[in-house]
Amino acid sequence: MMTNELQYLSILPELILTIFGMLIMVLDPLMADRASRKPMGWLAFVGTLAALGATFYQGTHPVAGTAFFGMVRTDAFSIFFHVVVIVIAALAILSSLDYLETQGIRSGEYYGLILLGTVGMGLLSSAMELVMLFIALEISSISTYILAGYRRRVAASAESSIKYFLLGSFATAFFLYGVALIYGATGSTNITAISQALHNNHISSLTYLALVLMFVGMGFKVAVTPFHVWTPDVYEGAPAPVVALMSTGPKAAAFALMLRVLFGSFGELSQWWLPLIWISAALSMTIGNVGALLQNNVKRMLAYSSIAHAGYLLVAFAAGQDMGIAAAIFYTATYAAMNVGAFAVVSHFASRGERYVSIDDYAGLGRRSPVLAITLTIFMLSLIGIPLTGGFFAKFYVFSAALKSNLVWLTIIGLVNSAIAAYYYLRLIVVMYMKEGDDSVTLVPVPVATAAALLIAAGLTIYLGVMPGGVLGYALLGAQDLMR
Amino acid sequence: MIHQALFFIFAAICVAGALNLLLQKHPISSALSLIVVMGSLALLYLLLGAQFVAAIQIIVYAGAIMVLFVFVIMLLNAGIEEHTEGSRIAVYFGVPAVAALVGMVLYVLLKTSHIEYQVQLGGFVKPTRDVAMLLFREYLLPFEVTSVLILIAIMGAVVLARREP
Amino acid sequence: MADNQLAPYLPILMQLLIAAGIGTGMIVLSAILGQRKYSRMKMQAYECGMTPTGDAQHRFSVKFYLVAMLFILFDVEAIFLIPWAVVYRDLLKIPGAGLFGFWEMMVYIGIVLVGFFYVWKKGVLDWNTPELSEGPNE
Repeated sequence: MMTNELQYLSILPELILTIFGMLIMVLDPLMADRASRKPMGWLAFVGTLAALGATFYQGTHPVAGTAFFGMVRTDAFSIFFHVVVIVIAALAILSSLDYLETQGIRSGEYYGLILLGTVGMGLLSSAMELVMLFIALEISSISTYILAGYRRRVAASAESSIKYFLLGSFATAFFLYGVALIYGATGSTNITAISQALHNNHISSLTYLALVLMFVGMGFKVAVTPFHVWTPDVYEGAPAPVVALMSTGPKAAAFALMLRVLFGSFGELSQWWLPLIWISAALSMTIGNVGALLQNNVKRMLAYSSIAHAGYLLVAFAAGQDMGIAAAIFYTATYAAMNVGAFAVVSHFASRGERYVSIDDYAGLGRRSPVLAITLTIFMLSLIGIPLTGGFFAKFYVFSAALKSNLVWLTIIGLVNSAIAAYYYLRLIVVMYMKEGDDSVTLVPVPVATAAALLIAAGLTIYLGVMPGGVLGYALLGAQDLMR
Repeated sequence: MIHQALFFIFAAICVAGALNLLLQKHPISSALSLIVVMGSLALLYLLLGAQFVAAIQIIVYAGAIMVLFVFVIMLLNAGIEEHTEGSRIAVYFGVPAVAALVGMVLYVLLKTSHIEYQVQLGGFVKPTRDVAMLLFREYLLPFEVTSVLILIAIMGAVVLARREP
Repeated sequence: MADNQLAPYLPILMQLLIAAGIGTGMIVLSAILGQRKYSRMKMQAYECGMTPTGDAQHRFSVKFYLVAMLFILFDVEAIFLIPWAVVYRDLLKIPGAGLFGFWEMMVYIGIVLVGFFYVWKKGVLDWNTPELSEGPNE
């Protein structure tokens, strides 16, 4: 048990995010109705920077250990995911600043919701108790449901929000049912206590049912087949920067939850849940990539692509062991960098009312705005998995971990899928450079905040592709901490 | 004995209310059946000895949340539901999937006659004091974090209901 | 033993049964015993008074929804005060905890108060502001 002061350090990033979120709630109503809410956005950005600083502080000082009666644990695993979700939030805020102006949305709550949602995402990676995890999951989900409906004049946005909310609550209910049953079977909701109970006692069939129900809930949150059906519609209707956030942030956090539950609690049953993961991974990759081939809307295409990427991630789950888990952790970080970047370009390019979201609109972008085109190209190449980009090493580690665990067929399916995927990502690049666009598509110069977001995302994507060692090393530490 | 009898009576009322909720065509009738469900659930909690939860169930769910439901129905001015033909996918995949899920849950629950942490009807009586001690010691952090959830809900309600400038 | 602990609830159960009995009894008995004579006047909403016009169902203002929603949220907050009050003395007696039991609730209330400040300043509680929409087709 730690002393009281150190306890607060273990939730320091969350404390800071909450305080900044509350600050926005206090200041926003004091501003004039018609005033731009950009200052609120910058305040939120400062909040994420402070939280990031707090996370680094956790990483460099000996605060590791459990706190609050074993509710949360600060270790390399939690710190890694904290950095990932906080950076995602920061980039989403940066790319929202001018997006909201363009769309005529004046609302400081938008940034408040992102900050408070990040509190939930952070806790998802550090919580060691299913009750805590459930509340964190609800926080991260509910804030995203609201954000998805932010384009108030657009019916598709309301549809997106309602669909996400109804299906999401349904999935959370499955998760909760699983939590209730596992409490009945083992008498505890603590991750480690469950693992010990499963190790020492006879495993009842209740446990299996609980695992399946929790898998359904988590599978929905990370959008893997067969729980992916909501993704394209939700991503299409939601505001583009929100999609940047929700396709990476809550998803990375949900993957952290999945790692925690599957390896932390149900490691004993890994032989049993492995087939579930195997099937889900193979289906997600295939359906995601084939679905993406057929899309003409960039947001829908990236939605299907996110299903496929969740599939690759599950391959790492199936591989298991330290290497597989580290590959999964590394993949979430890389996917976050490239996908946030891609959606930042989409948000900027979409223009007022998100008019330009079809692939054909991007025709001639290479000539009209070389910088924007280059950045988008970097993200697309990384999504394909071309060397020198983060996407390459992410896939490389996943598949080599899979081969090490003798998952030959899954690796083959994954590689074939990566080849298919190259087609639709390249299609966008080809349209940008090879096709003459008509100038009816208005192009606004990239504002400073968006440029900063793009620069950071592209920088991270390339950094992970050139020098993946450091991050992978930390991911490996996280994997070891998870299995401890 | 009396516990079991009461359990089955209120469980039956609960299920009947839930079915009625689905079958009623007018949203208000559905909302009223939901009160039956909530109320009988509260009694089931009480029978399991969870007095505090039973009280909360009545105050928050049967009270506040039902009022919200009725307000929303009036806000939308929702009349008698219109029924579509129903989607084919729902019939061919949804119904078997639901049947499979229900069957699986029933099978497992019936099969597990003995589990480690079984609850006897009426035997799990925890005074509010015990629940409170847990809430403010071991579960302090989840409790505090629910306040963040409340803030999010407040912002969400205001944002989504506000007139677009 | 278990019977004893639930015994205080017996009167509530009895009242429930009596209430349900009277309610259903009235409907059933009047259906069996009552006479039915319909006339035009009798089928009107008010036998004497104004002739009703229009539809009884009309769209409510979204403000009702907001108030109900906020009520739930603060209701949940208030509910947490009950168990806190029940164990407050015990929390203070925990060795080494000091006033921690007091502050843990104050922090909670403080956070939720920010929400209260927010809705107040946003004018949600003000019934006269045109800020909030009255529903699309009124």
